[in-house]
Amino acid sequence: MQQFVNLTLGGVITGAVYAAFALALVLIWRSTRIVNFAQGAMAAITTFIALSLIESGQSYWVGLVVALLAGLVIGAVVERLVIRPVEGGPELNAVIVTLGLFIAIQALISVLFGVNQRAFVAPFSTIGFRVGDNSLALSPNTLFTLGAVLLVMVGLTALFRFTRVGLAMRASAFGQEVARLLGVRVGRMLTLGWALAAVVGSLAGMLIAAEVTFVTPTYMDALIVFGFVAAVLGGLDSPVGAVVGGLLLGLLLSYVRGYVGDELVGLAALVVLVVVLLVRPGGLFSTTQTRRA
Amino acid sequence: MTGISVAFGGVKALTDVSLTVEPGQVHGLIGPNGAGKTTMFNVACGLVRPTEGRITWRGGELRRLRPDQLAKLGIARTLQGVGLFPGLTVLENVMVGAHKHARAGFLSALLAIPTADKDEARLRERALGALAELDAEEYAGRYPGSLPYPVQKRVALARALVAEPELLLLDEPASGLSEDEMRELGELIQHLSGRMSVLLVEHHMDLVMRVCDQITVLDSGQQIAAGTPEQVQNDPAVTEAYLGDAVDAEADAAELAATDGGTQRG
Repeated sequence: MQQFVNLTLGGVITGAVYAAFALALVLIWRSTRIVNFAQGAMAAITTFIALSLIESGQSYWVGLVVALLAGLVIGAVVERLVIRPVEGGPELNAVIVTLGLFIAIQALISVLFGVNQRAFVAPFSTIGFRVGDNSLALSPNTLFTLGAVLLVMVGLTALFRFTRVGLAMRASAFGQEVARLLGVRVGRMLTLGWALAAVVGSLAGMLIAAEVTFVTPTYMDALIVFGFVAAVLGGLDSPVGAVVGGLLLGLLLSYVRGYVGDELVGLAALVVLVVVLLVRPGGLFSTTQTRRA
Repeated sequence: MTGISVAFGGVKALTDVSLTVEPGQVHGLIGPNGAGKTTMFNVACGLVRPTEGRITWRGGELRRLRPDQLAKLGIARTLQGVGLFPGLTVLENVMVGAHKHARAGFLSALLAIPTADKDEARLRERALGALAELDAEEYAGRYPGSLPYPVQKRVALARALVAEPELLLLDEPASGLSEDEMRELGELIQHLSGRMSVLLVEHHMDLVMRVCDQITVLDSGQQIAAGTPEQVQNDPAVTEAYLGDAVDAEADAAELAATDGGTQRG
């Protein structure tokens, strides 16, 4: 029983981080129809910037704020300079560009920060709460992780539902040409979308770094796979789907890790991906029946 | 718009067409299929850049017009078909149309500062007002895909009107409407004409003849006639463009009558 409870708790927590990362992918897919494979590397470089600050004596919170701001800037710059030329072109071009960006940024991290494993200290205690004699897979730090993801989701929902900018961003996502004719600066909305997505990605990077306690230039590689599977599971078009997909995948992988074996986690994620694509290619929350390949 | 020519590669879509929409008037743009009506329309809203010619608006020349600047200039357009955003409610669709009337800046709107909140409320009110004017306020919370086509058209029109443009560009607003709905549309356009200028591209002759003050007729990218509905109707060039050679038409009619053996065509 204790194992089940702990696996469930652990699943919810990693699921929340997958959800945040999937959300970042969905934000970009919705507005530009591009899967941003560089998302993980973009998040990793902001984590390394934060880590350098923290190691030089700054507090975790300064590091976090700087990481999120760096994410904002990197997202906007990447969209304007690298993605804009391939927007609206063949999909393969965009895929190749984001893959190239992924490799380039990862190499840049190695050059700037070295390839060695570095310790990442969590902002709160990672020692689990105790219920009687049992230790739970729930610590002050995991509560922080959950809270941060929740806050970002509420914030994004409010932005899209209740503000004019959010409305303009949604309009741009549904019909660029029409939105443009109605006076929406569509280009600006796309830049903003990438910037916001990069902020969410950076947050996921910071949170996962605190969970795994060690970072290397490639530490986000697993997360991009899980985040992508979560996004496809929920339906690439649906922010709600990304969150639900993230939580479901987190739970499933946690049970696989606990009951079957650690080495099968990656395989299980890919099985989920293949099954979803075979059975329900639009995802659990698809609103559209057809999807361009 | 003076002396507008457009060439796509080697194909001349428009040759030296001039057209002026007077303030408060309804100007019709008609012609057989492929005459260049839509191209002319797209030139007017910046989607197609003319190879030659000038576009003047409010006394100034428009150069390198970008589509997203239209709204700021007081020009709104509807699209052939409907063009509503599928994932936004009817009310939200119309609110996007009122976008340019928002006062709060980009950053304050993003940070949801109180002035932006007030802005938001004003936009919502305007949008509801525009829907009410077109008898569509009951659909405000619905998604466009769940509504019948004529209602979607009314919503699209509300979205154009909510910006309170000085010039409204209507691209085939009557397509897909029944006779009754078309009559309502005609009344609506006439009702609008005091408030704004209208440029109307339309196939339905009776609608155009009824509501337009001025008409320009295109054929094969050339302007073949212009004037009031009466002048245009009595212009032999127009009859020829629409019916082919007049003599041929009569011969065809005679032949048809003979083969039909007296049955009347509706």
